[in-house]
Amino acid sequence: MTGYWGGVVWGLGAGVLVGISTILGVWGERKVAGHIQKRYGPNTAPVFGIFQLVYDLLKLLTKEDIHPKQARRGLFNIAPLFMTTPIISSLVIIPFAAGWAPLDTSIGILFFLAVPSISVLGVLFAGWSQRNTYASLGGLRGAAQMISYEVPRSLSVLAVVMLAGTMQPVTLMGEWRIWWLPVTLIAFVVYFIASIAELNRGPFDLAECDSELVGGYFTDYSGIRWAMFMMSEYGGMTAAALFGSVVFLGGTWPLSGVLGVLVLLVKTVLLVIAFMWAKWTFPRMRPDQLMATSWKVLTPMALVQIVIVGVVIAWL
Amino acid sequence: MTNDAQGTAAEIVSDGPSVREMVVNVGPSHPSTHGVCRIITHLDGEVVTEADLVIGYLHRGIEKIAENRTYLQVVPLTDRLDYVGSMYNNWAYSRAVEKLMGITVPERAEYLRVITCELQRVASHMMAVGSAGNDAGATSFFVLAFWIREQVVDLLARLSGSRLTYNYVRPGGVSFDIPEDGWVEDLRALCKKTPAALEELDRLFFGNVIAKDRTKGIGVLSAEDAIAAGVTGPSLRASGVDFDLRRDEPYSVYDRFSFDVVVGESGDSFERSRCRLLECYESLRIIEQALDQMEPGRTTAPSIPRLIAPPAGEVYERIESARGTLGVYLVSDGSVRPWRMKVRSPAFTNLSVVGTLAVGHTISDLVIIVGSFDPVFGEVDR
Repeated sequence: MTGYWGGVVWGLGAGVLVGISTILGVWGERKVAGHIQKRYGPNTAPVFGIFQLVYDLLKLLTKEDIHPKQARRGLFNIAPLFMTTPIISSLVIIPFAAGWAPLDTSIGILFFLAVPSISVLGVLFAGWSQRNTYASLGGLRGAAQMISYEVPRSLSVLAVVMLAGTMQPVTLMGEWRIWWLPVTLIAFVVYFIASIAELNRGPFDLAECDSELVGGYFTDYSGIRWAMFMMSEYGGMTAAALFGSVVFLGGTWPLSGVLGVLVLLVKTVLLVIAFMWAKWTFPRMRPDQLMATSWKVLTPMALVQIVIVGVVIAWL
Repeated sequence: MTNDAQGTAAEIVSDGPSVREMVVNVGPSHPSTHGVCRIITHLDGEVVTEADLVIGYLHRGIEKIAENRTYLQVVPLTDRLDYVGSMYNNWAYSRAVEKLMGITVPERAEYLRVITCELQRVASHMMAVGSAGNDAGATSFFVLAFWIREQVVDLLARLSGSRLTYNYVRPGGVSFDIPEDGWVEDLRALCKKTPAALEELDRLFFGNVIAKDRTKGIGVLSAEDAIAAGVTGPSLRASGVDFDLRRDEPYSVYDRFSFDVVVGESGDSFERSRCRLLECYESLRIIEQALDQMEPGRTTAPSIPRLIAPPAGEVYERIESARGTLGVYLVSDGSVRPWRMKVRSPAFTNLSVVGTLAVGHTISDLVIIVGSFDPVFGEVDR
């Protein structure tokens, strides 16, 4: 599906997908957190409490649009868009079924790694435009963190790209073999950890860091603009889990067709739950420790993985 | 100054060459100030170069109000001092009045005071440890600690009728005897099962590698500095000073129990929080022994009048609260109202070292250091 109208249709579709994943994601997160903390989570609203989030969304939509007096209005207004749009567009290369992706391009993997990085700009815009010290600190932390974690994340994906010999996600998923999983296990771990950091989620949520920076880069945001930050967080989590399942876990493998789509969904949901599990179990790291983890642990691990894959390819 | 009045986040210092320094106003309304502490923080990047603590946002003038109340009316006021450990305030004040009057408290009342205050210690420490974990981002740890606290508070509510401000210990004894609804059995069951829950908490946070990285070596308070500043309680013992009023100056019936005083070594934030957790085990041991030794009898001294008028004089009584040495200095002029009441609050004294400890650490460590001292601002500001 290419061309102008195809882009519009897919944009709307991905927007709806991100919206749904936000509603289900917030609900799931509160359920997961509830079960970890010996309580129930939302359970009184219709459909197992899922409608709780629909009500929340209605509330956020109808709230007054508040601008802090000292904020730079223009940047303040567009910053949430810079967070959400890249996430929505990055979904375009995901092969949702065996042999089909909305945009089947030969540089799909590169596209996915590059486009969501634009949201660093959103974080910086949001942080600086509010002219609030908490927000500026959060914005700076977020930018530094997201840029550093790009490196191990991209390197970890490179290992699978080497094995597949292609950057086209559809072909890569078709090529995927079960023995790749043990070979690329280190890369998968690196990808998982780096994705959490890339998404600014716990235990690496230093940019929003409620106990130090109140709300980090979205301290002064409220209403629907705040909801867009949430959408980018949960949409980003879904995108990262989808991409992780496609690249590292074989996507629709071992089935194809409609059942294959279901398999992909199950893998994605499991990964998302793992993301939440990490957030609700671990304490938060300190900024300098976070940077040290990226450069001194994850990046060398990813490099070692590339060497291992190189040896395996030579040995084949 | 308008910023000051509104208490909003601060300005960027842009005059002069030092544009690098940023002033961040933490508090008085901030998630990690454990109440209404305001810390004016000067940051060089993320590193704290100066931290000024501004207190007094919760000042209600309790010591002054006490001068206009009769001796028994002061007891509920003391509840509002350290609202996480109301029992201690009740007890310290009651001991001061009893000493002025020369009242002997019945033995059963003493045992009940020990039991409730040790329960209070568990409840208070769970709040302290939990919120210290929450400052490091361990939200689930916080909720699980509160789950233990909740069970303790439920028991205290069944005994005294309220969950936070008990008004239970009063001059001459305690308000109520143990209720006849299986309270003792429930307490024994709690003493049995809580150690396992504490063990789980210990492993969840203090065994976690990220938590160790975050708290070990952060805000190290040496034994000399701690003594010089008058730090008491678990914060002092974490620095390696073996001092506990319950053992060293045994008041009430504490000399009849065998328990260990938990002493740390390094005096960092990790040790301070963990000492509190370990003290909960000892508190449970004391409660079990007290339940075994307790015998039926009166719970209030006979013939305490409604309107107490102690002979003129002054007393100072101190007990070991969850935060340290809690002292009450009481001056009587022979009338029915105290002439002066002064509370020596451990949280206030402990807080005095935070500003100097935070310098050189990052702003992330600042909230951890504040949390590790377990300040309760009702007691700091009084």
